[in-house]
Amino acid sequence: MMRRLLPAWTSWPRLDWPLLAALLLLLGAGLVVLYSASGEDLDEVLRQAVRIGAGLVALLTLSLVPPHILRTWSPWLYAVGLVLLAATWVVGVGKGADRWLDFGVVRFQPSEIMKLALPMTLAWFFHPRSLPPNLQMTFMAFILLSAPALLIARQPDLGTALLVGISGCIVIFLAGLKWRWILSLLGLAALSAPGLWMVMHEYQKNRVRTLLDPSSDPLGTGWNIIQSKIAVGSGGWTGKGWLHGTQSRLEYIPERHTDFILAVLSEEFGLLGVSLLFLVYLFIIGRSLYIASLAKDTYSRLLAGSLAFTFSVYVLVNAGMVSGLLPVVGVPLPLISYGGTSIVTLLAGFGMLMSVYGHRRFMR
Amino acid sequence: MKFKRLLGGRLGRPLKDPYLETRLFRSRIVTGFVLLLLVVAGLTLRYFWLQVVQHEEFKTQSINNQVKMVPVAPNRGLIYDRRGRPVAENLPAYRLEIVPEKVEDLEQTILALGALVELPEDVLERFNKDRNRYRSFDAVPLKFNLDENEVARFAVDRHRYPGVDVVPYLSRYYPYKELLTHVLGYVGRIDENDLADIDTDDYRSNTHIGKSGIEKQYEHRLHGSSGLETAETNVQGRVIQVLERRDPQHGDDLVLSLDIAVQQAAWDALGDRPGSVVAINPNDGSVLAMVSKPAFDPNPFVYGISSAAYKAILDSPGRALFNRAIQGSFEPGSTLKPFVGLAGLEVGISTVGRRVFSSGKFFLPGVSRPYRDWREGGHGWVNIESALEMSVNSYFYQMALDLGIDRLHDYLSQFGFGQLTGVDLPGEATGILPSRAWKRGRFNQPWYPGETVIAGIGQGFNVVTPLQLAVALSTLANGGQRFEPRLLYAAKEPGNERVQRIQAPLAEQVVIKNTANWDAVRSGMHRVIHGSAGTARALLPLAGYEMAGKSGTAQVVKMSQDQAKQSSNVADHLRHHALFIAYAPFDQPAIVVAVVVENGGGGSREAAPVARSTIDAWLAQEPE
Repeated sequence: MMRRLLPAWTSWPRLDWPLLAALLLLLGAGLVVLYSASGEDLDEVLRQAVRIGAGLVALLTLSLVPPHILRTWSPWLYAVGLVLLAATWVVGVGKGADRWLDFGVVRFQPSEIMKLALPMTLAWFFHPRSLPPNLQMTFMAFILLSAPALLIARQPDLGTALLVGISGCIVIFLAGLKWRWILSLLGLAALSAPGLWMVMHEYQKNRVRTLLDPSSDPLGTGWNIIQSKIAVGSGGWTGKGWLHGTQSRLEYIPERHTDFILAVLSEEFGLLGVSLLFLVYLFIIGRSLYIASLAKDTYSRLLAGSLAFTFSVYVLVNAGMVSGLLPVVGVPLPLISYGGTSIVTLLAGFGMLMSVYGHRRFMR
Repeated sequence: MKFKRLLGGRLGRPLKDPYLETRLFRSRIVTGFVLLLLVVAGLTLRYFWLQVVQHEEFKTQSINNQVKMVPVAPNRGLIYDRRGRPVAENLPAYRLEIVPEKVEDLEQTILALGALVELPEDVLERFNKDRNRYRSFDAVPLKFNLDENEVARFAVDRHRYPGVDVVPYLSRYYPYKELLTHVLGYVGRIDENDLADIDTDDYRSNTHIGKSGIEKQYEHRLHGSSGLETAETNVQGRVIQVLERRDPQHGDDLVLSLDIAVQQAAWDALGDRPGSVVAINPNDGSVLAMVSKPAFDPNPFVYGISSAAYKAILDSPGRALFNRAIQGSFEPGSTLKPFVGLAGLEVGISTVGRRVFSSGKFFLPGVSRPYRDWREGGHGWVNIESALEMSVNSYFYQMALDLGIDRLHDYLSQFGFGQLTGVDLPGEATGILPSRAWKRGRFNQPWYPGETVIAGIGQGFNVVTPLQLAVALSTLANGGQRFEPRLLYAAKEPGNERVQRIQAPLAEQVVIKNTANWDAVRSGMHRVIHGSAGTARALLPLAGYEMAGKSGTAQVVKMSQDQAKQSSNVADHLRHHALFIAYAPFDQPAIVVAVVVENGGGGSREAAPVARSTIDAWLAQEPE
């Protein structure tokens, strides 16, 4: 009876409640931190809540779509993403880098689509093929991976390009690429690092330089790293208390409600807060990997696994950046940082995970 | 075909092995997750390192970040006249400040501020000069005394100028403007020259410092001491809240011995003529009035006079920046006669009864050129009293000649001639009281007898300041006690309700050989006004008191007496300064006045009325 009310390819959501609960916990905690980081700006918190709402709608919607439908969408989404990325070349807007497309009502970064579309497409690519991939398939996969990564790097947004690239690499890794090839690829990457330095923009080089020695430019590019580390370090075991982070309240932390929100959290809640946050993240990632391992077909498991690991890469990169281990690359703390498209994309990804979970028994 | 196969054509594809793939996938998941756990453990260690191991260091840095020591300017002491009228006040005002460290493009910012606030042309230059004495995170003032519109315009746009702020402060204001400029001086922006004399830490919060006059002389009392505020500041350096405060110490309030009424009377009496009036209370050495004309309004100097306006004052005729009362160099002329006469009597080369014949011409033995009396044909036989009454040159030529220059010098120096009076103002001139030694030292020349003769009537090398004349006369009037004249009359320290009277220090007590000699000189000066032949008898009638005085007319352009008689083509008023010294009441002196009217002609006619007006103003006051 029910099936008649909905399109044939949908089914009732069978959500993974532990995962959803962990996500909601994280989102709620994020709003609490955001309230402090925004300087007690309730409007900003509300705007973020609206985005979360939109993300949750995306999550629920996608959780209804069975993986095999998602699979058929994958190449098309990838194609649209590529076209849009190419479009930023021509009509992109944004300060210093053409990352944004302006549709009048909505402005968004096409690179966000790729964060989902690339893993989906690679999973789609590997799905019908025998795994582990042979040399030919690996080569093809890298071509699929490079096209968007290069387009994003051109904008220039090296950070996102790397992350998109890494999400693709994760799919290839999960597909079972042989270890000796992985190691030789890593070696190749290490060898090509100087080449990468050559093509990097000056501001990107500066970020790397200041990471190595923040005091070389304490008021310029080193400022972010220094102030962020002061915020984190001054938090201590239990932090200065909610709304009592001086580094944040007195605006010493740059981008304190977006990329550096973890510094605010560390300052106000200390090592205790950071550890709890890491635990929640680990739970979410672990649970997602568990869902991936339940999946019965290649597409589902590759998609679910890569989404989970990509998510973990975001967390690691952001936490590394805030604590001064990695250069300032402009990666938000997933599901916590204030910001437009990222939270919707991420929740959409978890929607697909939910779909994998809900449809695990119906897979061929 | 080949391409299709490559992309996923079904032909020739090896069969999938679901069991193998699942195992492979799970092992990869586990491997990945273990790797992830390792990295998260490393990250947690990193946070542990920052938050626990290095916590103290970062905590200190965080406190240093947010807490700033802000020096707080003390309120400058106020200045009053002796009757409690405020003559230097602190008025609330606003200034524009910039913290250079917080401004990205200083030049651009200042340019933009120019649209909101009127900025003088040399503002950037001045600002860059001032920056040197500030630390980079200190605020450097850009403009003082903003008007209401400027403050309002900036307030609207304030958020667009991080590191720029309008702050309230107290601005010095001199309500009597040019009337008191030469006494009070003024405060101005601290510059490199000032830095050598001050404790820079104590002045960190101050923008101004006493530049001249009382403001400079008593800077140490007026300044007070800086307070310190421990304040929480945000990243733009704006103070969010004050955590701790050590209050600044208010400077001492000063009471000057000046009486505005007397000052004003002297000022008005001088009119437009350049000149100077000094009035002293002979009983305590306090200065009642000190006028120097021309003068200027000191207030623009406080909030930054433009270089053009400053140049205008500098170049104006009459040298307005110059305080004639203590810096002017005037030939005393006949105003020196009472002292020369007294010297003759007290040294013992003459007596009260001694008479000298004035024929109109006085000759040195062996010299054919005469030294003249001012009246053709002379005054006949005169003694000390009538010689003073009629200002008979011959009498004093004879006294000087009999004394010799060195004895004359030694006696007159007891009255303070040729020395600093020690008044509490910066920049005083010493004047000249000539002697053989002085001439040898100055010109490396021997002394000539003719120079002694003219020294007897206050001409030749003699140079005095109006203040020196007043001090000397008050010494004569009060019976020989010389004071270091004082403008500071009393002071009130903060926290101490009682006003502390400050006495003028005693200088020299002139030894009195015979009181009759002093009485005779004073009587002669009394006859200058009250005698039938007195040179200043035109002053009569006086307002219920009797006065003693002496006029003087000094040459501006040095020339011999013969030349002076011949060159009548030079207008009289350009050739002579008019001088008058006086004290009153005669039997109980309460005020001594010295007046110089530049290019004024005869002392009795031009300067004496100024002295009378000044004395009237003082004697008309209710006793304190």
